[in-house]
Amino acid sequence: MTNATTSAPLQLKGFGKPGSRPDILVVSVICVLGLLWAISAAAFSHDLGMSVLAYIFAGAFALGIFAISFAGSKGLLANDDSKYMDGVLKAGVIASTFWGVVGMLVGVIIASQLAFPEFLYFKELGFLNFGRLRPIHTSGVIFAFGGNVLISTSFYVVQRTCRTRMFGGLLPWFVFWGYNLVIVTAATGYLFGVTGGQEYAEPNWVVDLWLTIVWVAYLVVFLGTLWKRKEPHIYVANWFYLAFIITIAILHLVNNAAVPASPWSSKAYSAFAGVQNAMTQWWYGHNAVGFFLTAGFLGIMYYFVPKRAERPVYSYQLSIIHFWALIFTYMWAGPHHLHYTALPQWVQTLGMTFSIILWMPSWGGMINGLMTLSGAWDKLRTDPVLRMLVASVAFYGMSTFEGPAMSIRAVNALSHYTDWTVGHVHSGALGWVGMVSFGALYCMTPWLWRRERLYSMKLVETHFWLATIGILFYITAMWVSGIMQGLMWRAYNEYGFLQYSFVETVKAMKPYYIIRALGGLLFTAGAAVMAYNLWRTAKGDISVKEPLAKAQVA
Amino acid sequence: MAKREVDEISGVEDTGHEWDGIKELDNPLPRWWLYVMYACIVWAIGYWIVMPAWPTLNGYTKGVFAYSERAKTDADVANGQAARAPMFKKLMATPIEQVNANADLRNFAIEAGRATFNDNCSTCHGAGGQGAAGYPSLADNVWLWDGSFAGIEQTINYGIRSGHDQARLSQMPSYGKDALLNAEQINDLTDYVMTLSKMPGADAGKAARGAQLFAENCVSCHGASGTGDPLQGAPNLTDKEYLYGNSREAIHGQIYNGNGGVMPTWEAKLSPETVKSLVVYVHSLGGGK
Repeated sequence: MTNATTSAPLQLKGFGKPGSRPDILVVSVICVLGLLWAISAAAFSHDLGMSVLAYIFAGAFALGIFAISFAGSKGLLANDDSKYMDGVLKAGVIASTFWGVVGMLVGVIIASQLAFPEFLYFKELGFLNFGRLRPIHTSGVIFAFGGNVLISTSFYVVQRTCRTRMFGGLLPWFVFWGYNLVIVTAATGYLFGVTGGQEYAEPNWVVDLWLTIVWVAYLVVFLGTLWKRKEPHIYVANWFYLAFIITIAILHLVNNAAVPASPWSSKAYSAFAGVQNAMTQWWYGHNAVGFFLTAGFLGIMYYFVPKRAERPVYSYQLSIIHFWALIFTYMWAGPHHLHYTALPQWVQTLGMTFSIILWMPSWGGMINGLMTLSGAWDKLRTDPVLRMLVASVAFYGMSTFEGPAMSIRAVNALSHYTDWTVGHVHSGALGWVGMVSFGALYCMTPWLWRRERLYSMKLVETHFWLATIGILFYITAMWVSGIMQGLMWRAYNEYGFLQYSFVETVKAMKPYYIIRALGGLLFTAGAAVMAYNLWRTAKGDISVKEPLAKAQVA
Repeated sequence: MAKREVDEISGVEDTGHEWDGIKELDNPLPRWWLYVMYACIVWAIGYWIVMPAWPTLNGYTKGVFAYSERAKTDADVANGQAARAPMFKKLMATPIEQVNANADLRNFAIEAGRATFNDNCSTCHGAGGQGAAGYPSLADNVWLWDGSFAGIEQTINYGIRSGHDQARLSQMPSYGKDALLNAEQINDLTDYVMTLSKMPGADAGKAARGAQLFAENCVSCHGASGTGDPLQGAPNLTDKEYLYGNSREAIHGQIYNGNGGVMPTWEAKLSPETVKSLVVYVHSLGGGK
């Protein structure tokens, strides 16, 4: 990127004329203001958690200012508009892989803590116990792994399908580093007991504000790239990515509305109380599933499945109809998380009925994904990456059928609060989100590093089976234990008294918890195999057992 | 508009657009997909008509069935209570010593007591009442306090050191912490107490000195022979059952620290019927007196 021979004012070097590179100015100003705030917070904060966050923020902003100055002095900030911006994508692939393995490993640890509470209980190191680690696992896999996959694939897809370099000069890099700073500060906060207290929205108010700034930059980058596209139409994958970015912004702002106890305190008080708080939380929570884990990853599917299968998308009409039906309907489904609670029954009715209506809009994506394979089904035998993508679509179909079923009040009466819910989430998270992300990473790595193909297709095959068997262990164990748990909770004896105490139901689940931990371990081992394979691919290695001449389509 | 082409494999026309090599076929919506979606919508509308569904200015649409989950829950609770009421009435009318004579009433009381015990008592006393260090076992016939029906009922209702006016109170002195005895004396006493329950490893010489200390300090509660006094909550030291463990360290620790746990008062939390059934259950566990 050092050959500054391209057109336009975007190629100016460094800080010479910052006004002509508003992106550098904006990022620099954000870093300087952020540093000032962080220093003041470190000096004045009342609590340890906030001090730690302030030091991390201060270090990150100082590093940002140094990096911009250094890169500017070396002329590395030039923006060659004739090329795709691939550096940030490579960083995204590395970050996704790293956070994926870490987040899943924490999942295995907390699954083992549930299975063997006396063995992995840390009396003196309380922050290593389930309560603090659980949000690190959920945020780690959803936001760190999933978020980095979404950011890097969306940047990849939007550039290729708009045939233009990313908009915003330095902003995509700002989005990448800023987002990963959110991850680090959020996770550190959890360890120190700093939490917003709402599930999947645990980062405290400072991290929430920082994410807002990063997310606005993300939206600007994405919209700007769409705006300067060289294709007449916007490809369907980009509709899904855009819906994901916009909706997550709205959800984030509303659900995290809070008043900090002081500018230097880690504690903030939510704008909502009681059942309104619960309803806002699950409006957020379910749409995080709908727009982060569904719409965003459908964007991945709509690019990588046809690209890998080398077949046209099955139906343009279906993609339009199911997109708008999905966007409209998901918004209503949140109350099904609050069946049989203080939430008024009419709200529960709406949540449940719209969840049922949501079934077909969800399946529209599955149909379009699977039917795109028509004429290329034979590739599933030879290409484990494509098989991974297709398996993910199948798991998507399964969990988007299971979800509406569980939203029916009569079913929910049995399933609610049990491990069945945990199993359902993981069939979607491991099967759909995980597998489609793995497929995308396997595609992007050789493309970005300009390698002929992956280091080893046999290792992809190994990963596929480890992941698939891991998922099956996990979800079957949770189905059995969840349904058993639900039945035990509601069992009455002939005299009209509860048959089981709570602790007896916990005891009964032990074998399933062990199977679940084992399933998670297999799945994580698969991700580690992928990390190794991607690393060797990026290095430019080709497995000696699979010479290029006999290679399958990469 | 770009030129539409026919896909060779499927024979379907595409839309004429292309992005990075990706095209889109112009297949119609799958019929079954569309009809199932319509069916879901029709079902939802039907559900809205019969059930509480949409907000209005001053409430919500009640639906044709006018169904209320809260009313149903209240009715379920009332039904459950009504179904159990006759037996509870009979239980209250029967003197507790005679409950075991009536098999049906006994089973009912034990089931009621078990459900209550498992959700309230098993946290400390263990499921089945086997106890743990510091938490008495209820499944044997060793009682710190009165193990009769009336005694168990009193303990459950008012607790031990619970702060209730009628709570049972006992206080083992902290001989070491409060420097009532010196280190050597506590060691001697420990060896003597070990000999009371014929625990191996006691030093005869120390135990002999300890016997003197025991006579001076301990007999008022534990009795001259160490058999204890349930009226004062003083444990029998001649059996092998020790609340805080039957090792030398545990006995030494208890003489040094004089630990005493708290049993909560349940009078305000559990109804008299529930307490009575709980008494029958606890009495049945090991060896009610």
